[in-house]
Amino acid sequence: MAFAVLLTVNNALAQEVTSENWITSPGIIGTIILITLVLVVAIIIVLAQLNGYLRRVQKKDDDSSKLAFKKELLEMEGSEIDDLLSKRKAALEYKLKGAELGGDQTASDDQGLIKRAENEPDNPLFDEKKKTDLNLQTPEELTKLIVWYLGAAVFWLVFGTTIGQYLGMKFVWPELDSVSWLSFGRLRPVHTNTVFWGWGSLAMIGLGHFVITRTSNIKLHSYKRSWLAFGLINLSVLLGNICLMSGINNGGGEYREYIWPVMLLFALGLILTFRNFYRTVASRKISEIYISNWFILAALGWTIILSIIGYMPWFQNGLGETVIQGYYMHQGVGMWFMTFTLGLTYYYLPSTLNKPIYSYSLGVLAFWTQMLFYTLIGTHHFVFSPLPWWLQTVAIVFSMGMFIPVIAGSTNFLMTMRGSWSHISKSYVLPFFLVGVVFYFVGSSQGSFQAFRFTNYVWHFTDFNVAHSHMTMYGIITFILWACIYTIVPKLRGKEPPQILVGAHFWMAFIGLFAYMISMMAGGTLKGISWLDGHPFIQSVILMKKYWIWRAVGGSLMFLSHLVFAYNFYLMVRKSSETVSVHQLKTVNA
Amino acid sequence: MFNFHKDHRALVRTAILGFVLLSTGIAIIPASQMQDVQPLPDQKPLSAAERRGLETYISEGCVACHTQQVRGIEMDKMWGDRPSIPSDYFYSKQRMGILRQSPSLLGSERTGPDLTNIGKRQPGIDWHLIHLYNPRAVVGASVMPSYPWLFEAKDETLISEDDVVVAVGKEHFNQVGKKVVATEKALDLVAYLQSLQQAEMPSASSFIPMKKKEDDAKKSTGSEGPPIDDLPDGENLYMNTCAACHQATGKGLPGAFPPLAGSSIVNDEDPETLIRIILQGYDARPDYGLMPSFAAQLNDKEITAIINHERSSWGNNAKPISVEEVTAIRELVMSEQP
Repeated sequence: MAFAVLLTVNNALAQEVTSENWITSPGIIGTIILITLVLVVAIIIVLAQLNGYLRRVQKKDDDSSKLAFKKELLEMEGSEIDDLLSKRKAALEYKLKGAELGGDQTASDDQGLIKRAENEPDNPLFDEKKKTDLNLQTPEELTKLIVWYLGAAVFWLVFGTTIGQYLGMKFVWPELDSVSWLSFGRLRPVHTNTVFWGWGSLAMIGLGHFVITRTSNIKLHSYKRSWLAFGLINLSVLLGNICLMSGINNGGGEYREYIWPVMLLFALGLILTFRNFYRTVASRKISEIYISNWFILAALGWTIILSIIGYMPWFQNGLGETVIQGYYMHQGVGMWFMTFTLGLTYYYLPSTLNKPIYSYSLGVLAFWTQMLFYTLIGTHHFVFSPLPWWLQTVAIVFSMGMFIPVIAGSTNFLMTMRGSWSHISKSYVLPFFLVGVVFYFVGSSQGSFQAFRFTNYVWHFTDFNVAHSHMTMYGIITFILWACIYTIVPKLRGKEPPQILVGAHFWMAFIGLFAYMISMMAGGTLKGISWLDGHPFIQSVILMKKYWIWRAVGGSLMFLSHLVFAYNFYLMVRKSSETVSVHQLKTVNA
Repeated sequence: MFNFHKDHRALVRTAILGFVLLSTGIAIIPASQMQDVQPLPDQKPLSAAERRGLETYISEGCVACHTQQVRGIEMDKMWGDRPSIPSDYFYSKQRMGILRQSPSLLGSERTGPDLTNIGKRQPGIDWHLIHLYNPRAVVGASVMPSYPWLFEAKDETLISEDDVVVAVGKEHFNQVGKKVVATEKALDLVAYLQSLQQAEMPSASSFIPMKKKEDDAKKSTGSEGPPIDDLPDGENLYMNTCAACHQATGKGLPGAFPPLAGSSIVNDEDPETLIRIILQGYDARPDYGLMPSFAAQLNDKEITAIINHERSSWGNNAKPISVEEVTAIRELVMSEQP
């Protein structure tokens, strides 16, 4: 596969800029094929591995038992054989009396072995998934904190994607409303900022609390600070959205739409969290710092710096603002969401599989290359713009460099999963991880392809960008966050959501995302070609209409899946007599 | 030495310091350098009204769909006469007060047209106001939002001389005894849009050409013998330049823009009036909006192509004109001017 990638890259570089046969140009085809290819390959690998593994296990068992049986027969004496045969005869003649299962005594489960009583053990539609049987010993206070962080995140996810769904519908019916607070230009940043700072950030920080304390084997440094940060971040998203809807906008730069007093609240929340996590790691009871904590601490530190640079006024007039905008919007994704989520994956993925991460060193390599390459590629959002040519070239070259951390990371995760493919059909968490990891490779490589000057001809400014951002922020970040939530919350609260609802969540989100992505990619490419051919602009609007409808359909599926997810979350965290008793059993750790 | 695996202080410090250094090199220093530009000699600072319009442009989130950058590649030629340069943003990209930063005008999505040169391309105030009130009133296929809150429905008896009445068609505004009047905000926004014009730059860098054009040129001169006419595509030009007002159907908009289909001026045997109107603009009829002059925007070949398209479409059936006729009338018009 790496070879195929290299080949495509070579072709891409050799390609000359012409407007003829854009659709057959290798870079574009390569990217599209890559996306389908990797997904198909991933699915085939899963199926083949599963099949092969099962067959091997079966065969091994059969062979050894046959051999043992033969040996046993040969070693037997005459009387022993007679004894066996007479026993067998009695067994064949045995008949049930009809009262074997009944009895006079009351049934009791003194050791507490039975977890659940089932009337109909065979579910014809769904494979029975493994239950989480582990109740982690977690301080009550920490559990509460994590549940609240995640709860707020779920709220912002549903709110943010309601807005997203509404915006998608506006492309199909532009006259949906004529209220200033709900107009497209004002709501678009509400959608993006809510899912960024509300959903993604709160979910990551909430999940991070567990990783930091568990891998340091110590209590959280300060609960108070975490609650304060929780309040600040939520307040920031709430006020920010009200500002945006009422038309108060920092300047329209993506993810920088909140004015500075509002973003300051968010930054303060980050600073509090960083100090809190840092102190916890500093007082750890294990000498090594687990790789997850590298990523999490760095993500917090980098993002604090990023938000300061993004909002400092001294170098932001004229095109200075544009340089910072490219840097800021790319780092917002790369240094905050991607870095933090990778940190979470390094803990939650191996812990789900109950085995160590494949390679610690690959993780370290991914860490430093993440910092080096990701930081330098912001300007690839402004290729052919009036920004300096050297800045654009650096961004494009280092976008190619991004293959190093991406391949290091995804290889590490896939190799960790290797040998455990059979768990996938037995777990409701692993499919989320698998999709997240595959998209980590596909989405990031596709992003590097998109940075080429010649793919910029056809894709830049089109809806293809929207497809890319959903492939990454949704396919990677959101899917991995879901995996982590489904991993940890049942363990903290002792309650699991019904499998059928987790399955519904997974498939609706996955199919919805695919419909969304493919329609925007196909439409975006045709739009770019129409521009290249010099057709009147309005034709590119008209040709997009059917793709916008498909996007709305995919978006609806994604949105529905979030409602199911919210309900699942409620089922996992709701209070009931049962969970209370489980909680009473928990002892405070450390 | 640094033991990142065991020394949290070294780890965090190195990571943060590394990021700060890289950020300084890739963002802060280039950004500071980019501030060091001067405006072009022809460039005008924004007036107070235009600046207020820019603020509305930002607060309504227009940048989400409209870019303002002509990239240095051939396909962007339709949006400006030359690629954008840093100086172009000298006046517009300045910090907007204490709360808001310099506006992100370059944009990242072109869901709607690029607006770098909209002031030249679409100079009429009437068109802009109708379009803002309801884009589908002038561009049927548009998906742009309407901005009715920038307008008010005013009683006909209360309308004063200063009010700017917007000629919105019946299917978009139908309240008896009332008319749509533009608010100050709408007028400021249009003033800003009209101010968006690329300043002259004699030694402008050229666009990176596409190969296709050369190939086509070779093809038309080579294999297919001498070209029948080397006029550009009239329909395409009409769609880009004229259709916003006169519509793709040539029917215009009642009360705002006159129809070209069946028009006596368009079908006139002698094209002089038609050519003159395109070159000089036209404001003789109070029942229609003002027609701006296109002398600077279109060359003689383009005008010829557009006229021939108009004279042969939508049921019109007048004989085509030649480039020489347009050139002759342009010279005449130039000589008339003082």
